[in-house]
Amino acid sequence: MRLPEPDERILAARTRIVAELRRIVPGEGVIDDPSELAAYECDGLTAYRNRPLAVVLPETREQVAAVLRFCNAEGVKVVPRGAGTSLSGGALPVADGIVLGMSKFNRILEIDVDNRTVTCQPGVTNLAITRAVEHLGFYYAPDPSSQIACTIGGNVAENSGGVHCLKYGLTTNNVLGVELVLPDGEIVRLGGKHLDAGGYDLLGVVTGSEGLLGVVTEVVVRILPKPETARAVLMAFASVEAAGDCVASIIANGIIPAGLEMMDRPAILAAEDFCAAGYPREAEALLICELDGPAAEVEDSIGVVAAIARQHGAFLVRASESEEERLRFWAGRKNAFPAVGRISPDYYCMDGTIPRRRLAEVLARMREMSQTYGLRVANVFHAGDGNLHPLILYDANVPGELEKAEAFGADILRLCVEVGGVLTGEHGVGIEKRDLMPVMFTESELAQQQRLKCAFDPQQILNPGKVFPTLHRCAELGRVHVHRGELRFAHLPRF
Amino acid sequence: MHTLFPASAAELREIVAEAVAARRPLEILGGGSKRDYGRPVEAEAAVSTAELRGITLYEPEELVMSALAGTPLTEIEAVLAEHRQQLAFEPPDYGPLLGGEAGRQTIGGVFACNLSGPRRLQAGAARDHILGVRCVTGFAEEMKAGGRVMKNVTGYDLPKLLCGSFGTLAVLTEITFKVLPAAAAEGTLLLCGSDERTLAGLLRRATGTPFEPSGAALLPALAAGRSQVPAVRRAGRPVAAIRVEGPPASTDYRLSRLQGALVQPDIEAHRLDPEQSQRLWREIRDVALLSRGRALWRLSLPPTAGAELIPWYRDLGAEWLLDWAGGLVWLAPPAAYAFRAAELRRALAGRDGHATLVRAPREIRERIEVFEPQPPALQRLGERIKLSFDPLRILNRGRMVAGL
Ligand SMILES: Cc1cc2nc3c(=O)[nH]c(=O)nc-3n(C[C@H](O)[C@H](O)[C@H](O)COP(=O)(O)OP(=O)(O)OC[C@H]3O[C@@H](n4cnc5c(N)ncnc54)[C@H](O)[C@@H]3O)c2cc1C
Ligand SMILES: Cc1cc2nc3c(=O)[nH]c(=O)nc-3n(C[C@H](O)[C@H](O)[C@H](O)COP(=O)(O)OP(=O)(O)OC[C@H]3O[C@@H](n4cnc5c(N)ncnc54)[C@H](O)[C@@H]3O)c2cc1C
Repeated sequence: MRLPEPDERILAARTRIVAELRRIVPGEGVIDDPSELAAYECDGLTAYRNRPLAVVLPETREQVAAVLRFCNAEGVKVVPRGAGTSLSGGALPVADGIVLGMSKFNRILEIDVDNRTVTCQPGVTNLAITRAVEHLGFYYAPDPSSQIACTIGGNVAENSGGVHCLKYGLTTNNVLGVELVLPDGEIVRLGGKHLDAGGYDLLGVVTGSEGLLGVVTEVVVRILPKPETARAVLMAFASVEAAGDCVASIIANGIIPAGLEMMDRPAILAAEDFCAAGYPREAEALLICELDGPAAEVEDSIGVVAAIARQHGAFLVRASESEEERLRFWAGRKNAFPAVGRISPDYYCMDGTIPRRRLAEVLARMREMSQTYGLRVANVFHAGDGNLHPLILYDANVPGELEKAEAFGADILRLCVEVGGVLTGEHGVGIEKRDLMPVMFTESELAQQQRLKCAFDPQQILNPGKVFPTLHRCAELGRVHVHRGELRFAHLPRF
Repeated sequence: MHTLFPASAAELREIVAEAVAARRPLEILGGGSKRDYGRPVEAEAAVSTAELRGITLYEPEELVMSALAGTPLTEIEAVLAEHRQQLAFEPPDYGPLLGGEAGRQTIGGVFACNLSGPRRLQAGAARDHILGVRCVTGFAEEMKAGGRVMKNVTGYDLPKLLCGSFGTLAVLTEITFKVLPAAAAEGTLLLCGSDERTLAGLLRRATGTPFEPSGAALLPALAAGRSQVPAVRRAGRPVAAIRVEGPPASTDYRLSRLQGALVQPDIEAHRLDPEQSQRLWREIRDVALLSRGRALWRLSLPPTAGAELIPWYRDLGAEWLLDWAGGLVWLAPPAAYAFRAAELRRALAGRDGHATLVRAPREIRERIEVFEPQPPALQRLGERIKLSFDPLRILNRGRMVAGL
């Protein structure tokens, strides 16, 4: 994977730059020792590694602002980092830049039950927010599988999702405000405890901007009251088509489950071997449908869902009768990644989204590709919202397998776009899907996105080399070339 | 003013290209039902999307619809209703509020203004339902952003940025959005009391229960007295209204639980049947319960702040009501205060949120800041963003900020 050529001038000035950064963040806050830097060389996409100039761990927003001001003036690149669990290489360092680690921003600042908000620093983990409010009967809805480790700042940057986002939305639907430090050191607040943006919805674009627009130093999230009951239904099918049709029928019947997940046979077998969740090994596809709300309503919906499943030929339909059972149903799904990790030395997790009704076709073509590439693939699927996670199994120690896995992955993502879907549903473009962006966007569409980047970061110091396949100078992007007269409409009045 | 009605996105692009080449600003119209919302546009020519009409994609079981920007909202809602689906953010109809007719707005106008009704509390705003757009920027380029699937983080979320940008960044030509099942039933719990702040506290308590209210509004006695719903009109006291929606059995259950949790000795509870409930929430959604003759401000605040300021609304002699459990305040001050924007905004200082002047005569809207002035750093960022889409300031110049 190609990163922009490092700036020799910056590399040569390393000692001075580190000294200046130490002036801003004294003590242990600046790491330049090579052995300590190793821990920051990659994120969750471990195939790519790079050693940064230094790692800076600020503790206050003023330090963040001063670091950015300094780097902006000197042309030193900055890669923000939360917990480093990104699966798209979003936090991959660059050689001529620093990593700005937000791990010391780890405090919950305010729990406001009356307004149903939590205000916290960006380094707080996703799960810690729920932990902080569950004794009050509340929780924070988006629940990525990495929630023990990943930070809310990283979630905002990636617009992360979880199994509950079908009903409760992604990060972007649950974040009310952020404090953001711009590359020039200006500190702005976007949103807050109120609901609607005052001017442009900048919170909306900053969420999911992959650390390219600013550094988040505070987050306000919405918390929800815990539902009275939650139960899960396990359904097993002899074909993927039947399971897919079942999903469509559930939704066509006006039910929006709290979660609706599918696993294919390789994923079922891996999960069953890993944690004995009780999934039938003979199933080609398994659905887990969670329903929440008042007990009576949940009971009713379970009846409807079960009936639909049977109509579609499910050979096993079981509703959880206890909290332990519900958690057991989920255990296999939630452990799908480590489970697959046990049956293969390495796996590569993809993240495309497709229109749901194309599922059977997409899975069939994926099986063909799997044969062509000679690599196995297991699928877990956020079936309710069409977000597919094919896990490609490979062995990095076999020469050429990583490249093969990547080529296979790219083919899968092209297929997602071809059937009307997108390259990434929740993991972000990062470095991983950067070069596939032209599959989805024209050059002028990418130029418009980069112009937005320039509005926030005119020197382009934040996370360069990510998301966009080609970097352009901001001045060049800003020029207006009007294409006139390509289409002539004689009847259009001129003015 | 000269108004053009392109019949295709390509024609619209051509018009924008002409305007860019001639350096002549254009006003963007869905047709103009909310033309009197916001600052008057500094332009001599207008382009309307009224002829870009039609639903281009609807897959009910995939919860997705696309429509050309000029498609009337009523047409969209009718098609959705046939499949027992809806726009969950409950778009309001401000036609009458702004002195026009009801039922004439376009889907482009709804998203351009990010307008959401009472259900925003539970289901999110228009911006939470937009999935993708096609549009023409101030570079006179056609582009798309987002997609048609529910989950998509490929590139910046430009659809959200365009939502609520009032046509100042790009002209939307087609919009793709999420649609959701309509509830089988609804019901409303009315709590009539004497103290407005106590009632507002009950609304917030309701939203903290697991009973999923999809509406939480407070009507002072005057506003309640204007309702067409008899139980509300005759209350003679402030009324807190809490709506729940869902399957009938669940709706009844949740209303009872809410009543049990919220009723206090001096508070009287009533239930509205589905038809009355629907009527009341339409009145609240369209701000039909405040005097039409007055200027109207819309305050977006943390719910607690909306309630804390009640004594101030009264001191002003304003008509008012609270929606979103207090997070949305409609304020109609008497003429003497109506246009003292700075003074009004000072009263909100130190709180999250903002105030927008929604209804006022044109000469007033030309003179004062209709939208909340942003702090300097944000204002500069907003300017850079405007120019990144529309460097020559051709589209809706001055709609949100003078000269921009
Ligand atoms: C086992 C596993 C399971 C996963 N499951 C899911 C899942 O179910 N759903 C899902 O959506 N994702 C999932 N992920 C991906 C990952 O956890 C998320 O993308 C997460 O939000 C990243 O958070 P982080 O704190 O680790 O961020 P990092 O990886 O450190 O950074 C991610 C990106 O955010 C930027 N960033 C981080 N902090 C800030 C900040 N304060 N300001 C500005 N930019 C910042 C970085 O520059 C980078 O571009 C999974 C990952 C793993 C390893
Ligand atoms: C000549 C004429 C006069 C009319 N007069 C009225 C009237 O007085 N009252 C009435 O209710 N209806 C009127 N209509 C009916 C009209 O068809 C619809 O009401 C109209 O389409 C609704 O506009 P709107 O509410 O969707 O948005 P508008 O009020 O037109 O626009 C609201 C805001 O959104 C922006 N906007 C609208 N569409 C887009 C878009 N596609 N992309 C970007 N920004 C956009 C606008 O610039 C504006 O800032 C009139 C129609 C015509 C043709």
